[in-house]
Amino acid sequence: MSPLKIKKGSTKHSAYNLRPTFSDVQETHTLAVLVDNEAGVLARVIGLFSGRGYNIDSLTVAEVDHEGGLSRITVVTTGTPQVIEQIKAQLGRIVPVHDVHDLTVEGGSVERELALIKVEGAGDKRVEALRLADIFRAQVVDSTLESFVFQITGTPEKVDAFADLMRPLGLAEIARTGVAALSRGI
Amino acid sequence: MTRQMTGAKMVVQALKDQGVDTVFGYPGGAVLPIYDEIFQQNGIRHFLVRHEQGAVHAAEGYARATGKPGVVLVTSGPGATNAVTGLTDALMDSIPIVVLTGQVPTFMIGSDAFQEADTVGITRPCTKHNWLVKDTDKLSGVIHEAFHVATSGRPGPVLVDIPKDVQFASGSYTEKAKAKVSHYQPQVKGDMETITQLVEAIENAERPIFYTGGGVINSGPGASQLLRELVEATGFPITSTLMGLGCYPASGKNWLGMLGMHGLYEANLAMHDCDLMINIGARFDDRITGRLDAFSPKSKKAHIDIDPSSINKVIKTDMPIIGDVGHVLEDVLKVWKARGRKVNREGLSKWWARIDEWRKVDCLKYKPSEKTIKPQHALDRLEALTKGRDRYICTEVGQHQMWAAQYLGFEDPNRWMTSGGLGTMGYGTPASIGVQVAHPDALVINVAGEASWLMNMQEMGTAVQYRLPVKQFILNNERLGMVRQWQELLHGERYSHSWSEALPDFVKLAEAFGAKGILCKDPADLDDAIMEMLDYDGPVIFDCLVEKHENCFPMIPSGEPHNKMLLGEASTKDAIGSKGAVMV
Ligand SMILES: Cc1ncc(C[n+]2csc(CCOP(=O)(O)OP(=O)(O)O)c2C)c(N)n1
Ligand SMILES: [Mg+2]
Repeated sequence: MSPLKIKKGSTKHSAYNLRPTFSDVQETHTLAVLVDNEAGVLARVIGLFSGRGYNIDSLTVAEVDHEGGLSRITVVTTGTPQVIEQIKAQLGRIVPVHDVHDLTVEGGSVERELALIKVEGAGDKRVEALRLADIFRAQVVDSTLESFVFQITGTPEKVDAFADLMRPLGLAEIARTGVAALSRGI
Repeated sequence: MTRQMTGAKMVVQALKDQGVDTVFGYPGGAVLPIYDEIFQQNGIRHFLVRHEQGAVHAAEGYARATGKPGVVLVTSGPGATNAVTGLTDALMDSIPIVVLTGQVPTFMIGSDAFQEADTVGITRPCTKHNWLVKDTDKLSGVIHEAFHVATSGRPGPVLVDIPKDVQFASGSYTEKAKAKVSHYQPQVKGDMETITQLVEAIENAERPIFYTGGGVINSGPGASQLLRELVEATGFPITSTLMGLGCYPASGKNWLGMLGMHGLYEANLAMHDCDLMINIGARFDDRITGRLDAFSPKSKKAHIDIDPSSINKVIKTDMPIIGDVGHVLEDVLKVWKARGRKVNREGLSKWWARIDEWRKVDCLKYKPSEKTIKPQHALDRLEALTKGRDRYICTEVGQHQMWAAQYLGFEDPNRWMTSGGLGTMGYGTPASIGVQVAHPDALVINVAGEASWLMNMQEMGTAVQYRLPVKQFILNNERLGMVRQWQELLHGERYSHSWSEALPDFVKLAEAFGAKGILCKDPADLDDAIMEMLDYDGPVIFDCLVEKHENCFPMIPSGEPHNKMLLGEASTKDAIGSKGAVMV
């Protein structure tokens, strides 16, 4: 068992899936990366992505083990299967990286994101925004006579859908956390 | 009880604990406390270079020639930024070096202080790892960790940035043995199942080839020994990349010569037509593969590499084996012997018959001349007159580098230092100094081009100061020869800025440095002139005026597969398609 409490990967080589994977299909994968919580570690990870031309769709980072001094980086990335394998191998090479897990291939995961969305308006639009928020189980965390701030959690798709609905109703600002993800089961 | 000492003293103590006796460096304000400690001890010899880039290349040369990590000490700001090219070079060629930089005091970091640079930021992408140490108590532990990281797994450069107040302050020293064990522990043993698969493939292959690289050298002399045993026992042909020259002896009967863009005809055709390719510590670099979709189309490929990111990076591998070359070869030999040392004799003898046909092409032949010195001839004579000596060869970058790889023979690992991955002009002179420091009594030659040589020529001062008898063998074509060759082939013979109008008088230059200068332009004088260089007990600059427009062949043009090699002048017309022209 790895420090991430995720069962070792889909091959006996654990994090390094060595199946030949040269194809043109673009896949989106969610990677969980456990790193030493030290100065510059995020810069190393981001520098790897920019330096080698990989995509970052979403990235979150926070300390998860204070005593052990470990942070968990969740990164959602898109690329061909070969590029995804390269990204994992290259991440694994960074010295303060302890473990790299591809949650997308390793038995599925739950993914959640939180967003704060400010909607400005009055009259019918304001009522409609509140009604839709209820349907999406978004909470009102701030209110004035001309605005709401909604808090919504869910998959990135759900957050997208809610934001799209709010646009014609006076969406003024949006702040998203990026994806946090955990593997399913034990 | 822990030992208390200043950070500066800790640096020296930690280096000694790591077995370091040689440092290449250049002082400045932010490292003065460390220089003060160096002054007050005798265990570590410091070599004052003339430019920080020279310090790093010297450390690289030292590391390649000894297998030990090279150590560099430079100041903050410009000292650190001057080290960047060397760090990148070492990263590309997997050379273990430890660079210590001074930094402005911690309380001034971020204030644009005098000679402040974001050294860890600048060097993050060109080191394997780097550290900024803000606490004297942690300094010795970090230095021990730095040596561990530089030398384990795939070796590479590391950097430790040490603010001046951390050098002055006292803290407790951590012994090497007590330093925190790093979680960074790359896997060295290969997967036995895949190794067994490889052995089966070895038993059955009709057209096998060993494709070896710098990983064999990095794995240590033991790995070269095991490789030689495996090659002799199986009777398979073997080729090597530029970085791997010497892992198998050039005089060995199974040796096909170097492969790749300027590799030998027989080596490249054997790579193209083989049915089993055993890649040992090489990385399918673009100088090797040529056009990817036409690279060795009929072969099963095994790849032994300590770095998982090398596997399937550009070429799909059928048998990936992650591990240290030495460990894996030991297991391959063990399993192969236990299963009865089988090979496909019939297939092999047909394969060798084909290879012998390719060898007959004699791809390295060149038109001799009695009027001018052909660069190939100069290297042939250098080889003949230095063969069998305790010899180390460095190079610069360009045509001369490729000719050196083609025409000189390397019998042992760690005797060939060249900038492969980065192709850094200016590498050779400081590298030769590093090698000579490591092997004071050996013959150390830098085969140089005149343009490359000028890039770090200031290091002749270092050679003279420390009485390092390095031989600078300059193949002077008064051209940026390799650039000119590409312009001829790719850019309609428009020679844009590929020659130097005002070259120095190299003999006078040598004398100005306090070294010996030799000029040779007549083929008839060549042997005597080379002997004069070899017999002189001190540094020499040998200005060998060679044919100005000679091109380097064979050549696989960019964007073409191995079997589309150009063998000589006649075959070069319109050889490179428009697609190839955009590639470097
Ligand atoms: C630092 C650096 N700048 C530019 C180049 C591009 N380059 C590659 S070979 C070459 C010409 C080298 O000329 P010279 O050293 O005289 O060698 P020759 O090819 O003539 O043997 C140049 C400019 C390089 N490799 N390194
Ligand atoms: Mg030249």
